[in-house]
Amino acid sequence: MIEAIDVHFSYPNRVEALKGVSITIKDGEFVAIMGQNGAGKSTLVKHFNGLLKPTIGKVRADGVETTKTSVAALSRNVGFVFQNPDHQLFSETVEDEIAFALKNFGFAAEVIESRVTWALNLLSLTQYRKTSPFLLSGGERKRVALASVLAWDPKTLILDEPTIGQDHEQKEILRQFILQMQTQGKTVVIVTHDVEFVAESNPRVVLMKEGKIVADGVGKDILTDPALLELASIVLPQIAQVFTKLSILGFPKNIIDIYEAKQIILKAWESES
Amino acid sequence: MAIIETKNLTYTYPGASKPSILDVSINVEKGEFVLITGPSGCGKTTLCRTFNGLVPHFYQGEMKGEISVAGLDTLNHHTYEMAKHIGLVFQNPENQLFALSVEKDVAFGLENMGFPREEMRKKVDWALNLTDIYDLRERSPHEISGGQQQRVAIASVLAMEPEIIVLDEPTSFLDPLSAEKIFEVIYDLNKKQGITVILVEHRLDLTAKYSDHLIVMDQGRVRFEGKPREILSSEETRLIGVGIPKATLLYQMLKKDGLNISEVIPLSSDELADEILEALKPS
Repeated sequence: MIEAIDVHFSYPNRVEALKGVSITIKDGEFVAIMGQNGAGKSTLVKHFNGLLKPTIGKVRADGVETTKTSVAALSRNVGFVFQNPDHQLFSETVEDEIAFALKNFGFAAEVIESRVTWALNLLSLTQYRKTSPFLLSGGERKRVALASVLAWDPKTLILDEPTIGQDHEQKEILRQFILQMQTQGKTVVIVTHDVEFVAESNPRVVLMKEGKIVADGVGKDILTDPALLELASIVLPQIAQVFTKLSILGFPKNIIDIYEAKQIILKAWESES
Repeated sequence: MAIIETKNLTYTYPGASKPSILDVSINVEKGEFVLITGPSGCGKTTLCRTFNGLVPHFYQGEMKGEISVAGLDTLNHHTYEMAKHIGLVFQNPENQLFALSVEKDVAFGLENMGFPREEMRKKVDWALNLTDIYDLRERSPHEISGGQQQRVAIASVLAMEPEIIVLDEPTSFLDPLSAEKIFEVIYDLNKKQGITVILVEHRLDLTAKYSDHLIVMDQGRVRFEGKPREILSSEETRLIGVGIPKATLLYQMLKKDGLNISEVIPLSSDELADEILEALKPS
């Protein structure tokens, strides 16, 4: 469980990036933190593994205050994948990159071997095992960064903009993987602008604006509220846009799921004819 | 007249075991809005790098086949010569901006080309106004927002008045509203200034509606090329992992289940909503 209690945070010589944020994330939850560039999303999640410590307030990970422990100790349980993979990658081969943290955590050689193989396979990177991460495309580097964290199987996973540069298929693999983590009782927190990804995955949605949380609830309610989304510089998912226009037929506006959308339209059509 | 033409273009990066683009033959007409998409690692970015000669002049490696951009063979012209005709905007604007002020960043390319001061002033102001960042001209590019930075990167390219502008996932770091505003700016440049636009994007939900020419790549090859409505409605396109816009998908599902809906394949939510309203209208 992660608890942030009235967290304020200021970067040196700069404005306050977090202005009193309180949030509790339970084990097994899947949370999407959304909002405009500069809203404080990345700053908030960097508190969850102790990379940043609150100026005022408290953050607890599994009951332990992040100021009372080290990032190294926290990271065994909380894996963090940065927005820009180049801030994270440094090894000569993809394989070494993924093995690096496993070695640091002191896993046995055969465990490292099997975890690396598993992570490469999961993220369709097997063919690049011996390649330098810097020869890969932006989307592929992003997956290497993700693989290197998944490999040590953290209890909580924090992904900052995981879908950037990923094609439809890779997003689908990521989505399935997140759902699988949830069934294992693991926690996944993503920071994202990708409304379509969120609409399809149905996580708990937390909207931030100017260092504060302005909404917290289910996607179906939040992603279909134009006033709320405008606050956070997000556009409605495409299905919700269609249903906003169809509301003159008396259709509900809070639809984001494509199958539900289809059923409503066909039902109206059948009752018509 | 084709402004970009490639014939059997194949390119392999130095040390790579297989080509990144393979046997690519495409034709882009002047004034088109071209969208290039395809699975991650399919060769989209590499293809764009051939357009201004970064491939092979900067990256080296081995290139075969023919390529002509704005009437010039990129193999026989340096990247700086190509820059007068074609401008590239990258995914992450931070990699592109470096000057002390927005204005200086936008003027940089022109300074290199040795334009007189007065003329440079005019071109810079024109580009700043077009991208709506004139008021930011004295700010440092590193203290403005990501969306504003991306506008600066676009303005720097526009100031050179290229005939072609290539944008490689130009908004992936931006929030959706800022992204939409950037796409509107690009669309406007295409429609009003007649600049040929080549946009690389995964997110067709946001961009399909602007394009009149779609190129789908897979494993270095061009798999589909033509009108977006036709390509996006084909089953094969979906199978190779292209993210079809949700409005187009819902249209296909409704049609399959028998709804008597227009034959025009929608690319945006507005188009789909209008077609549904029409189909459900009491007769």
